[in-house]
Parts: sequence; structure tokens; C-alpha cells
Amino acid sequence: MKRGSLAIKNLLRKPGRTAALVILTALLALSVFGGSVVVGSLRQGLNSLESRLGADIIVVPSSAQSKASFQNMLLQGTIGAFYMDGENLDRVREVEGVETAAPQVFLASLKADCCSVKIQVIGFDPETDFFVRPWIEQSHTRELGDLDVVVGCKVEAEVGEILRIYDERCKVVGRLAPTGTGLDTAVYCNLSTMKTLLAAAEEKGVSHKVSSDESDDQISAIYVKVKDGYDIDQVNSKIQGHTRKCSAVRTKSMLTDVSDSLSAISGTVATLIGAVWLLALVILVVAFVMIANERKREFAVLRLLGTSRSMLGGMVLKESALCSLAGGILGVLTASMLVFPFTTLIETSLGLPYLRPSAGTILGLALASLAATVLVGSLASSWASFRLSRVDPGTVLREGN
Amino acid sequence: MILSAEQISKRYFRKSGEANHFYAVKPLSMTLNPGTVTVLCGRSGSGKTTLLHMLSGLLTPTEGKVRLGETDLYSLPDRELSKLRNASIGVVPQARSVLDTLTVRENILLASSLYGTEDRREEAQRWMETLHIDGLADSRAAELSGGELRRTAIARTLCLHPPVILADEPTGDLDDENTQLVSGCFRKAAEEGAAVLIVTHESDALNIADAAFRMDGGQLSALT
Repeated sequence: MKRGSLAIKNLLRKPGRTAALVILTALLALSVFGGSVVVGSLRQGLNSLESRLGADIIVVPSSAQSKASFQNMLLQGTIGAFYMDGENLDRVREVEGVETAAPQVFLASLKADCCSVKIQVIGFDPETDFFVRPWIEQSHTRELGDLDVVVGCKVEAEVGEILRIYDERCKVVGRLAPTGTGLDTAVYCNLSTMKTLLAAAEEKGVSHKVSSDESDDQISAIYVKVKDGYDIDQVNSKIQGHTRKCSAVRTKSMLTDVSDSLSAISGTVATLIGAVWLLALVILVVAFVMIANERKREFAVLRLLGTSRSMLGGMVLKESALCSLAGGILGVLTASMLVFPFTTLIETSLGLPYLRPSAGTILGLALASLAATVLVGSLASSWASFRLSRVDPGTVLREGN
Repeated sequence: MILSAEQISKRYFRKSGEANHFYAVKPLSMTLNPGTVTVLCGRSGSGKTTLLHMLSGLLTPTEGKVRLGETDLYSLPDRELSKLRNASIGVVPQARSVLDTLTVRENILLASSLYGTEDRREEAQRWMETLHIDGLADSRAAELSGGELRRTAIARTLCLHPPVILADEPTGDLDDENTQLVSGCFRKAAEEGAAVLIVTHESDALNIADAAFRMDGGQLSALT
């Protein structure tokens, strides 16, 4: 028997004690890894949304309840449609300081015989668009033809399939990369296709007109890029003054709300992780001290046979490190089973952009969680290890006489 | 190898009472010579076990020195003292000292596994056969009787062939037959060159003694 195997034998031949320590450390690893993945996904989602939006100002109809309705659409994929007079696009373009103004038109399909799925349809102008087009070009480099659509990653339709929207047969020609936002649940087409779909919707009794006496030229949102050197707030105010029944929202202020929510959630998760850590540390210290008391005789015998204090300390640390490692692996695996399959549920519950970090980042988080768990386990046992190394074997052996 | 104690004593402080300290072992000197069996008799509480622990390097004396050959045990750092104890001083404690998590064979090989790489499995098997516990080689401590546990602890000590053997009440849990067996083993170890000290309250052990002492109230006196 080798000295090193003594620690392993101790763990294997006291299965109840070992299981209790493994479960404790597993809870710690679960909270650290699970919490880190959730917070990391939220940060990744926010980064994705920031890079996706790219606009300085977004103009939406006042009927969209200012930015809230639009924000829900962006973040949670809430299906909705709101319209404003298309003339607002020209008015925005006339405002000094506006570099580009790109329109979008929204349409909600129905959960009815005429539509394959109830879904958000977004029409954009390929000539002026800077919002959707760069994203689409990552997966579909050709121009979108009439009744061609590109689908978000969460839409259940493969390239080549036909999506029926208000009885119009639209061909799926591309599938977009995930953003972790509501944009993943939408279908994208050019304005020509959107006009066809709006007309088809009109035939089915779904009106998109702001009022009956206005023209068919309706749009839902205008994405504005401000020229360099211009103050975005001033341009925003000017747009507000030039347009009718519209709200101009600074993208930054919209993202600030999301960022604030993210900070609040991150803070809560961090506090929970901290509390679990502290609790686990205290419980582990108590557990190790109790175990140390229970094993005093065993350590006295080892001292009697010639084990030095440092060898004894090393053996206790090895046992706790092995327990913590096993608990850490168990905790990380359990967290993976809880967090990854329920991504959609978590995303819906939080109502924030949620994009899973890359495999490399997740692996890094898993390793960091494991390291942290082993560290806490070793720290917790170090006090017990120190106490045990100071035990006077003569006295302990006499106590049992 | 000679183990000698030079004017060693052990004093403990009392928490209450008239005197604030007492001597468990009063200043004494003794020598354990290679090839001899020394028997130390005395009533319970006379200081025998305290003396044995001081001689084994487990309990620092209040005064005096313990030397193994020329080495002053208590001047060594813990790591070196521990290694020296493992290699040179075999202790059979009075209390139960077999680890519950290991089998009889693993317990016997435990001391040799701490530092050495030498394979002592054959030696362990030989001692198990000699002490009639070979049938229990793969049994765990919880399955053993008091006598079997005692013989396991003795086999663990003898397996290493230490030059000094300190045994505290080694026959306390044994029947007459096994007492004879164990006494014979210690006698044989002495004949092979070990310095053996047997601490006991049983006068039978005197039969194998080359030298004998009595402890009474922490004071050592030679028995003639």
C-alpha cells in the first residue's frame, strides 16, 4: 500500500462521510457555475443587442407606447405591429445632422389557417438599411427577391422551406446567427415583399393603416444614424419636432434600462453566490472540524507510526481536495443540466437579452468554478488540518484507555 | 541501538488544588540495551505510559534528554523525529490503534508504507501466520476481537524490525496461549538485536525479562 493511496482509501471506506462532503461542495460549484453562466449569458445578450442595434436614434409611433412596446419586441420577441405615416421618413431625413434613416415595417402573422406560424415579420429597405442587412449578409449574401424571407435562429423553418403568411408562400433563403434577443424569433424580408404581405393581411381583415383616410405608405420604425460631430440629443429633439405622432428614442437610453436591469440581476446573482459561498465555507469548516475530532485517534496512530505533522496536514488536504474536486465536477454537471436545457425558460423569465457564451468561455467558467470549489474545500479543511497536526498523540491514545 | 533517558521528568499543571503542579514521572535515568528485554511494572496511574511516550519521542519531557544512539530525540525537528521514529522505534500502544478504514494486512503494512518503498508483504504474511491472524488478512478492524486487534498492532510493529520496541500492556487483551506467543515474539526480537521495553502490570512478563523496573508514584526503582 502506498502512502498516497491512504487518503483515497479513507474516502472510499467512509462513503457516508465522503458523500456528505461531496454534496456540500457540489452545491457550491452548482451555484458558482450556474450563476456565472446566467450572468455571462445576460452580458453576452446585452453586447449582442448593442452591436446589433447600431443606430443612435430609433423613431417609433407614439402608439407604440413610447419605447416600452418596441423594447419588449426587441428583447422578448413579443409579437406586435404599430404604424406611422411614411412621410415621417422624409421628415427625419431632412433634419440636419441625420446621416442615414432606414425604415422598417412590422407585421404580425396569425395563428390561423392562412399562416404557418404566428410570427413577427420585419420588412426592411435593402438600399438604406444598416440594422438588419449586415447581419443577414453573414448568412445570405444574395439580394432578397420577392417573397424571399430570412428567418431568425429560433424560427422553426429550414432553408428551402416555404412559410405561409396570409396565404402568401414565402421561401426561406437564409437563417440568421443568434443574437439572444427578440430578433431571433422574427422573419425578415424586403419592403416589396412586405407590401405584398400587408395587402394580403388587409384582404384577411387585418388592417395596418394608421387611419382609414391615410395612404398605404406606412412604416413602423426608423433607425437613424447621426453624422459625426453632431450632438445626438439635439438631433433627437429636432426629429421629435419635425415628425408627427412619433417618439424619437435614444438607443443608448433604451439600452441603459436593459443594462440597469442586467446590473440588478448580476448583483442579485453575485450576492446569492457570495451567500452560498460563505454558508458552504462555514458548513465545510464545521464539518471538517467535526470529522477531525472524530478522527483524532486515527491521526494519533499515524503520528505514532512516524507520520510527520506536514504529512498529516497534506493527507487531510488531499482528502478534502479530492472531495471538493468530485463535488465540483458533480456541481458543474448538475448546473449544466439545469441551465442549458432551460435557456428559453430563463430568457423568458428574465425578459432580458440572453445569449449563451462561447464553448471556450463556458469551459473557462467551468474550470474556474472547479478551482474555486477546490480552493474553498482546501481552505475549510486547513483549520482542521492545523488542529489535527497539533494533537498530542500520547494524550489522545491515553484518552481511549 | 541504545535508547537512553537522562534525568527525564514530566510535570503537569493542575487547574485547581493546593499544589499547582505534580510530577507524573519524577526525574529518572534508564537505558534500554540492544538484545535485552526490559520489563517495567507498576500499578495504574504510576507513570508507566507517560515514561513510554517520552521514550518513544511522542511526549516532550519537562526536563532531561532522550537519546537514540547519539541522537537527542527532542532536538530534532518534527519531520526528522517522525522519520526516525518510523525507522527505529516500534511502539505498541495500550489503546486500540488499528485503523478502521484498513484491513489487517493494510494496517500491518501501514508503517512501512509511510517512507519506505521496500515491499514487506511477505514479512507481513509471516507475522500474521506467527500471530495466528493470517485468516483475517482481509478483514477490517470492526470485524476483529480485542485480542486480534492487539496481535495486529504487534505484527505491525514487528514487521518493520525496529531496533527499539516499546510495548504498552501488549498482553492485556490476550489469553494465556496468545500471551505466551507474544512474549516469545518479543524475546525473539531481542535475541535478534532489538532493545525491548514491555510496560505491564502483570508479573508474568518478568519471566522473559533481562532487566526489570517498578514505577510507583512517578518514581522508578530497579527490581532485583
